[in-house]
Amino acid sequence: MSGPEVGSRHELERGAFPAFLASLERHGYSVVGPTVRDQAIVYGEIHRVEDLPIGWTDRPGAGSYRIERRADAALFGYNVGPHSWKRYLYPAHERLWTAERDASSFTVRPEPTDGPALALLGVRACELAAIQVQDRVFLGGAPDPGYRARRQRLLRIAVQCGQAAATCFCVSMGTGPGVAPAAADLALTELIRPERHYFLVEVGTPEGARVLEGVPLRPAAVETERAAEALVAATASSMGRTMDTSGIRDLLVLQPEHPRWEVVARRCLSCTNCTLACPTCFCSTTEEVPTLSGERVERWRRWDSCFTLGFTELHSGSARRSTASRYRQWLTHKLATWHDQFGSSGCVGCGRCITWCPVGIDLTEEVAAIRATGPPATPEAPR
Amino acid sequence: MPRSPRPKLAVWKFASCDGCQLSVLDLEDDLLALAGAVEIANFREASSAVVDGPYDLSLVEGSVTTEEDARRIREVRAESRILVTIGACATSGGIQALRNFADVKEFARVVYARPEYVRTLATSTAIREHVPVDLELRGCPVNKAQLLEVVSAYLGDRSPNLPTESVCASCKRRGTVCVMVARGTPCLGPVTQSGCGALCPAYDRGCYGCFGPAETPNLPSMVRRLDELGVDAAARVRLFRTFNAGDPLFREAANASAPPAEAR
Ligand code: SF4
Ligand code: SF4
Ligand code: SF4
Repeated sequence: MSGPEVGSRHELERGAFPAFLASLERHGYSVVGPTVRDQAIVYGEIHRVEDLPIGWTDRPGAGSYRIERRADAALFGYNVGPHSWKRYLYPAHERLWTAERDASSFTVRPEPTDGPALALLGVRACELAAIQVQDRVFLGGAPDPGYRARRQRLLRIAVQCGQAAATCFCVSMGTGPGVAPAAADLALTELIRPERHYFLVEVGTPEGARVLEGVPLRPAAVETERAAEALVAATASSMGRTMDTSGIRDLLVLQPEHPRWEVVARRCLSCTNCTLACPTCFCSTTEEVPTLSGERVERWRRWDSCFTLGFTELHSGSARRSTASRYRQWLTHKLATWHDQFGSSGCVGCGRCITWCPVGIDLTEEVAAIRATGPPATPEAPR
Repeated sequence: MPRSPRPKLAVWKFASCDGCQLSVLDLEDDLLALAGAVEIANFREASSAVVDGPYDLSLVEGSVTTEEDARRIREVRAESRILVTIGACATSGGIQALRNFADVKEFARVVYARPEYVRTLATSTAIREHVPVDLELRGCPVNKAQLLEVVSAYLGDRSPNLPTESVCASCKRRGTVCVMVARGTPCLGPVTQSGCGALCPAYDRGCYGCFGPAETPNLPSMVRRLDELGVDAAARVRLFRTFNAGDPLFREAANASAPPAEAR
């Protein structure tokens, strides 16, 4: 039996969701998705539909996050939690190679890049955009072997947002809330009516079609498609935050001495939370771990952050000693020079850095403050 | 620096609980490798067999709390080529530095039946306040892997890889849900140096600050945040005065009057 056509749209009943999960496993995927743990909706292994955050929602704010019960039994009735998918493509710790001494020389063995095929279940539009941003980082130029291997066996099952959180601003960043056709392998929209709980399923790729083989589906009714569109439109009009991105590159790049950098530095803890929670931040450091005998050494890569002193450690010490210079580096790279380097913004508007900053520093507020008091931004579009 | 083929290692104890020395014994398989790579010349916690100094590498646990300690650490320094202090006691005075804020005679009177036998200094101080120290390894207790890294770096004649970033960095890498953001639990992670792997938040606790201040701690901002979370001045003193009570920055944070709300 073959799956449905790429581009086709179907209805999947909530009651058939277990069959959908079973089909993913049958097609060789380990499923990771949202689950409630430690009073948060995190990403973890999903084996049964009950592993999903049924009937839960999240309330992220600046420096605060809580989960709450919903009135319904939605499977995906939240926005984004503390985790991002990057840990599955670009792990926080990764061994890159091992070297061993032999009689005359030494041998270097790169780390194998095999592993399970992962199906990411519940990828939001901003998160799809974040994966695309990291694709440009890790696959452009000299591709990263581990990332490439994990990315090639990845299945992305998007879920469109039926609500926006107080920290969401994907509309400002042009990344959501709607999932563009073919941006994911499958895109789901969860529809909850008093009498019916079901999903609109849009097939984005041949692999997305293949994993639907044997899953009970019905062709999508026009009303279902309309309901899904209306839901996404309502989400788009209820963004919790906005960011004016016009001329943002020059706005930030041309103002290294703006007094706001010192103001934010009085609050910033340079704790690295914002960068490590961000789904696009990609900086790492490498470290060698030798055995005491020196016969064997492993090279590891781990997430690093532009908020550490070691990040810019040179022969004469750290190049960015002040917190102001580190915050400025982060915000300017993220929103401005990222355009020069990768042809897009480094921010997808997910709001994680706002929520997981222990002191609630809000980049939309910082940009607005710089815009309010800085020289007028140049009129051209962001480069 | 050229080294002897099997450098002589010594482990010394001052005022401490022995926990950091136990971390050496707790190296398990690596302890055998260690014993192969260095001559364990003086380590009374492990063996009563003692080889005379001088020693190539001395690991010093504990703080200085008596006149005798203050004399002995100078001797240890004199016979050690490299002296590394291990643990919060040695690097900041340890929990016993609480005496620095109180009357030690009064403590002795309450605790001991015959306080007149107790000869002690009024303060508990870090080793570096008495002799020059080549490297400080923080933690209460120290982290085994970091301890091994110090010895390994010494053997390899390189500088050790000991990150000075905040505990939060480890916490995020580990994937722990931030207890401060998700629960409002006071946590010293943002101002504390990593090294423990962000253990406490992973078990639903705020960080206790065992590794002392991180590289560039913003204590006024941290104090303000604690204040917002309902940590009053008395609770803040208890929060900052634990294993690194004697650290100058933590001491200041404990004593600070709550800073005014920052203008945005
Ligand atoms: S900068 Fe902040 S809002 Fe933008 S993608 Fe990163 S975490 Fe999300
Ligand atoms: S902006 Fe917030 S999360 Fe980021 S380093 Fe500063 S205090 Fe930490
Ligand atoms: S739980 Fe503590 S250590 Fe972990 S990220 Fe939050 S503030 Fe930092």
